[in-house]
Amino acid sequence: MSRVTRFAARDDGASARVAGFIAHLRDNGLRLGVAEADTALSALIHVEAAKPDETRSALRAVCTGCKEEAERFDELFTSYWMDMGRVRQKSVPTTSQTMNDDVHSSRDAKGEQSGSAGQATAPDDHGGGDADSDGTGKLIATEVRNLNRKDLRDLVRPEEIAAAEDVARRLGAALRDKRSRRRIAARKGDRLHFRKIMRHSLSTGGEPIRLLHKKRPDRTRKIVALCDVSGSMSIYAQVFLAFLAGLMRADTAADAYLFHTRLVRITEALRDKDAMRAIGRMSLMADGFGGGSEIGPSLVRFADTYARRFVDGRTVVLILSDGYDTAAPEIMGAALAKLRKRGCKIIWLNPLKGWKDYEPIASGMAAALPHLDLFKAANTLGDLAALEQELVAL
Amino acid sequence: MTWTDLQTALGREGYVASDDLSVALHLALTLGRPLLLEGAAGVGKTEVARTLAASRDAELIRLQCYEGLDAAQAIYEWNYQRQLLAIRAAAEDGETGKAVEERIFSRDFLLERPLLAAITKDTPPVLLIDEVDRADEEFEAYLLEILSDYQVSVPELGTITATSRPIVILTCNGTRDLSDALRRRCLYTYVEYPDRETELAILKSRCPEIEAHLGNQVVGFVQKLREEELEKTPGIAEMLDFAAALMGLGIADLTDDPEVLQSTLTTLLKTQSDQAHITKEVAGRIAGKAA
Repeated sequence: MSRVTRFAARDDGASARVAGFIAHLRDNGLRLGVAEADTALSALIHVEAAKPDETRSALRAVCTGCKEEAERFDELFTSYWMDMGRVRQKSVPTTSQTMNDDVHSSRDAKGEQSGSAGQATAPDDHGGGDADSDGTGKLIATEVRNLNRKDLRDLVRPEEIAAAEDVARRLGAALRDKRSRRRIAARKGDRLHFRKIMRHSLSTGGEPIRLLHKKRPDRTRKIVALCDVSGSMSIYAQVFLAFLAGLMRADTAADAYLFHTRLVRITEALRDKDAMRAIGRMSLMADGFGGGSEIGPSLVRFADTYARRFVDGRTVVLILSDGYDTAAPEIMGAALAKLRKRGCKIIWLNPLKGWKDYEPIASGMAAALPHLDLFKAANTLGDLAALEQELVAL
Repeated sequence: MTWTDLQTALGREGYVASDDLSVALHLALTLGRPLLLEGAAGVGKTEVARTLAASRDAELIRLQCYEGLDAAQAIYEWNYQRQLLAIRAAAEDGETGKAVEERIFSRDFLLERPLLAAITKDTPPVLLIDEVDRADEEFEAYLLEILSDYQVSVPELGTITATSRPIVILTCNGTRDLSDALRRRCLYTYVEYPDRETELAILKSRCPEIEAHLGNQVVGFVQKLREEELEKTPGIAEMLDFAAALMGLGIADLTDDPEVLQSTLTTLLKTQSDQAHITKEVAGRIAGKAA
């Protein structure tokens, strides 16, 4: 076991060291403010601070806030307090700015570049905690932007697929959370149900003893997604499949299909509890397809069979396809018209539409256009995320 | 009182607390801060509060969170029916509007719910806010006011400040992420599944009559079982059930009868796929390793 860090003799004492430790944690991404430093010090009064294990437990309770932080804490604690007996230097000895000093001391000991010293002063004022979290927020935002700019064909890393799933989840929520305008009686509601209250008050001699409520019920929309997995779509298929998986997991009423020359229902496969296994099962189904893409006939088959059971006026049909059809365009038009008659909304997400100068001149696509409620690009994650607003308005 | 005293006090009530947890609890008590306990289901988070209340002879006020929990259920509600009757009675006595209004919006007509009840006791109770991550984010905002200032604002009455500061313990299972604001106000401990020695100590303290050999086997078996890929990992309560079931059936050794072992696994495995996964052979192998 490594020995306890020794501190330079001109050090300000325990409080400065603890403040330095907080700054050390802050440098390592834990979000701690001045209040935490204060609590940490008071916490050490109540344990035997000379015993490393007690100090460790006490500081862990104060300084960590979630499982990941708790797991990292041991390492950070050891690196600061158990630094092989090395002497920790202190650069600027002042009395008023103890915290600031120690930030310097811990930094210098670690030999970090002096350029970051400006940052280290930030935690001294009260906005410190916020500034820190702002910084992290920005980092995440850039990450998302980077991710968004890529064409979806680059999206192969699992964590990026997870991000695609997250977008799917949000879209699903945007589609589903439709509330009715009318209110119905409910045990807990935001308004009083006056008609019922008056009726019930008759039994208590006109006194409205029981208050009854009403609320706007959720009118959930069902999402039915049809994903094209033909050869021309194969570079986008992986992401769309992840997108479908996310949609299915976020919504227990949703329904999903793959088509190429045939139509296959994949809802059951996607309902697998294990997310990765579900994607694996679905990928196997997607790989099993061959031949040219017959969008029109697949949609006809859908309209004639599954749609009768699963599509009604509260359904949103989501078609993910590039619209390149080997069958006659009239078939596609007829299929969509038939689907439309069931009262559903039809959304077509076309990966090609995101390209510059794209015109829906593919005959199949042209035939489909009049029947669509929404025709949108979906070749970047940004496009998928941007759909949220449009879907809410639908 | 040091944290070791607290640890022994909890031990007397039959709760074997790890050092980390004891220090955190001790700090929560001395600093007067809420303690947030996170961890898998069945590691004894809720039991901490129960035991703490018992060891301090304090009242335990429990608020079980659920989706849709609102202020009326958690903090306070006006007793509408009583107010209505009071208005009627006042009308017959010819009381004026102002006086009646003051009367019906007084403490007498306020129904206290757990959070308000916890801060208006004479002696500090233990307030357990169970599975706080199940409640909505809106509810977290109510909690923030109570946990930082120990006060409740009632628009018609004004602010009710705490007569005694409750010892607050929050538990969460990670259903959703809690807000940073709430985490910041609490001390935090992640409760792990206990290691072999600790679990054995728990078993001995809860089931003192168990034979040492069987106790060792039970704990070893459950510890090994947790390493398997299960949907629902058995917690401590399940382990105690398992031990009780074995003792009830009069079994002295796990490896004796695979049939009986398999039938007692119902106390440990709580989903169909887990039961299918741990077949008689697998159970036998684990029991062999545990012995």
